Amino acid sequence: LVLACVICSPQNYPLYIRSIPAENELKFHYTVHTSLDVVDEKISAMGKALVDQRELYLGLLYPTEDYKVYGYVTNSKVKFVMVVDSSNTALRDNEIRSMFRKLHNSYTDIMCNPFYNPGDRIHSRTFDNMVNSMMMQVC
Amino acid sequence: MEGLTLSEAEQRYYCDLFSYCDTESTKKVASNGRVLELFRAAQLPNDVVMQIMELCGATRLGYFGRSQFYIALKLVAVAQSGLPLRVESLNTVKDLPLPRFVVSKNEQESRHTAVYSSDADNPASYSGVIPPPPGRIQVKKGSVSHDAVQQRTSTDQQESTSPVVSPQQSPPTSPHTWRKHNRHPSGGNNERPLAGPGPFWAPFSEAQPGSSTSSDPIWSGHSPPPHQENWVSFADTPPTSALLAMHPASVQDQTTVRTVASATTTNEIRRQSSSYDDPWKITDEQRQYYVNQFKTIQPDLNGFIPGSAAKEFFTKSKLPILELSHIWELSDFDKDGALTLDEFCAAFHLVVARKNGYDLPEKLPESLMPKLIDLEDSTVLPVFSEVGEQTGEVGYSGSPAEAPPSKSPSMPSLNQTWPELNQSSEDTAIVHPVPIRMTPSKIHMQEMELKRTGSDHANPTSPLLVKPPDLPEENKISSSIKFTPGNTVTDGYSSSDSYTSDAEQIGSTVTRQRSHSGTSPDNTAPPPPPPRPHPSHSRSSSLDLNRSFSVTPGQQQAGVVAYPPAVPPRPQPSQGAGPHVHRPVDAEGLIAHTSTSPQQIPEQPNFADFSQFEAFAVSGVNKEQEDEIETHSEVLQVEKPSDSTSSLRVAKADGRVEDKTPANVPTSAGKGTTPLAPPPKPIRRRLKSEDELRPEAEEHTQKTGVIAAVLASQPSIPRSVGKDKKAIQASIRRNKETNTVLARLNSELQQQLKDVLEERISLEVQLEQLRPFSHL
Repeated sequence: LVLACVICSPQNYPLYIRSIPAENELKFHYTVHTSLDVVDEKISAMGKALVDQRELYLGLLYPTEDYKVYGYVTNSKVKFVMVVDSSNTALRDNEIRSMFRKLHNSYTDIMCNPFYNPGDRIHSRTFDNMVNSMMMQVC
Repeated sequence: MEGLTLSEAEQRYYCDLFSYCDTESTKKVASNGRVLELFRAAQLPNDVVMQIMELCGATRLGYFGRSQFYIALKLVAVAQSGLPLRVESLNTVKDLPLPRFVVSKNEQESRHTAVYSSDADNPASYSGVIPPPPGRIQVKKGSVSHDAVQQRTSTDQQESTSPVVSPQQSPPTSPHTWRKHNRHPSGGNNERPLAGPGPFWAPFSEAQPGSSTSSDPIWSGHSPPPHQENWVSFADTPPTSALLAMHPASVQDQTTVRTVASATTTNEIRRQSSSYDDPWKITDEQRQYYVNQFKTIQPDLNGFIPGSAAKEFFTKSKLPILELSHIWELSDFDKDGALTLDEFCAAFHLVVARKNGYDLPEKLPESLMPKLIDLEDSTVLPVFSEVGEQTGEVGYSGSPAEAPPSKSPSMPSLNQTWPELNQSSEDTAIVHPVPIRMTPSKIHMQEMELKRTGSDHANPTSPLLVKPPDLPEENKISSSIKFTPGNTVTDGYSSSDSYTSDAEQIGSTVTRQRSHSGTSPDNTAPPPPPPRPHPSHSRSSSLDLNRSFSVTPGQQQAGVVAYPPAVPPRPQPSQGAGPHVHRPVDAEGLIAHTSTSPQQIPEQPNFADFSQFEAFAVSGVNKEQEDEIETHSEVLQVEKPSDSTSSLRVAKADGRVEDKTPANVPTSAGKGTTPLAPPPKPIRRRLKSEDELRPEAEEHTQKTGVIAAVLASQPSIPRSVGKDKKAIQASIRRNKETNTVLARLNSELQQQLKDVLEERISLEVQLEQLRPFSHL
């Protein structure tokens, strides 16, 4: 069960936030914010490594008692962070990867839209629909 | 005949009536039938009509010229107002009301009166508001017109300026006439096509403040603005929601078109009930307008409009950026950041719709889908019943209460096939094989696919493969070999689903084959079939030969691949028996490799020394061999291609071998001699890494050429006993070899594709770096 999905810009401010249970939003926001540190740490650790698909997916950033946080970074340092419910053991790593890939694709589509200024909040309906369907399907 | 002075309104009215009666478009004579009809509609007693006709001189002339017609109309007015018919009364009677023609089966007349009702002295006396004669103004449905009449009259009066019909404007190709005749039985507003909105667009920059139409945007799509300026300016027309009625469009001084929108709920209900109407169709005139606009930005109709240019263009429409962004997402079908002609028309259409108050759909309506297959879209079906064929997305989420206006179906055949695919696109996780398109319009689709899967390195076998046309063989094989991105199946890309669904539709028109590839994501090259039973080079012994020959042709793929090769067999102890042995063996369907061994047997004296082969190959024909060879020429010839291809298939770029074989092939092809044995060095067949595949890309052209040459030379093989069977087997073998080569070609192309994708990623990175971020 994907609880939250956040896209952060390279400057670490959020471009898109979506969380499923409407209450606890702040908690997710806080979690994601703290996970950004972990993301940055992983990015810097990569150093000059070739940017590769595998390295885009950061994997489990850190688990807490309630949930797990996964990270993904694009080549332009746009970060995708996903918070997943720990009780959901059905979600495999591959599925997380595929979800991130979908996110990345949709993000690329948004980028192609000339009306979208990079750095703006993402308001696209198409994107919302995609994220909703993705988050719902794992529920 | 006396001179006739008419007031301005009268002038206009009469002019229109005349043109209405001028069925033959002579502009000089009004057809008698129409005139009589008109007079009958005037509800005058027959004798009065006769008197009028006589007075105006038509009976004298036998026809209604313009002046006669005008006089007649004036006399009708006179008669209707109760004055005695006198010639003198023509000019003496002042303030004569316009002649009134009762609405009969032909609404035109009633419309005429209605239009001028605002000008008339006593507007209230006129029935129905109507647009001017057909061909100039919109045609309304009779049923609706009655409803709208009352409102229209009031709205007409509200108009600050009177609508002016300018007869000079010629309608565009859109057949108003047929529209007039086609009333949808449901009474729905078939004619409100979004076609109407078409005419809005003035070059966005052109704000028309003065004209301030009472600003209901045009809805009915009739008014054919010959000039772009006629179309509504964006600056002034606030979208009115729930607009749908018919508007008499009137062109005013060629600046703006004003319409009076009177939406009636009854109309809407009626329209909603007509479920066959597709609200999103683009009429011809609209399409023409869009195309013209496209040309102003991008002269090449097959080219793209870059995103920035499109952004500026659509920003002029003064829609909020959010909506423009949504429109872009809907219309940029392949998500490439640029608009093709179709995408541009769809986007334009959506903007127009939005300006007119239609909500944007969540999904792109099928009639706006870019036509990925080149179809003629100019068929205008005059019968509305055919609209029913278009299972348009009437109920679509984006356009609520407003009953979608129907429009002339522009893409009947294509649209019909879209719906089911589109709807199922989201459900299918299986990616459809993407057809390879070779026409320019289809390259767009390919590019779309490229971008779709571009970010996924693990998906190198995505449909892009056959893009590069640099390989001559490509075009030949493209239609027959397609690859399925097997990876996307597992990934279940929703993003690519819609495309694949489109691809499927296109693919349905293109032959598709699943190749044996598309297995693990990491393999860009289709893994070659495992080597045949003897992975090691097997010295040909009679035993081996038999075993290998017993292999059925079906395994030839593997067998060919496994052609180890080349080690020339040891000199057979019995050479005499060799040829005979081999001939029957050959008849069983040789595998290339194994067949070479028998081949070598006859050439015994040669293969003992490997270098001799080369020498022979290089030097050419050896007389001694020729004799033997002739007897086995057929076999040899058959073998040649297999040899050459198998040698070509060498994983390692064995320069020596490669050089030799092409040389051999021509010679062999030419003479059918050369004992061209398998290259002296054993050709190791191994699974190539992708890197190694790359260097062979260049070889492919060579190979394909060689193969083509070889294949071409086949027919010239001299025949011998049992040759039919051998020929068949030979051809089978050849085909299999060709298949193998082509499979390798594919793998190499996939590799190239992967490289291109990586380049793309790197370019994206650079782009991101270069794009300055305003935020900090």
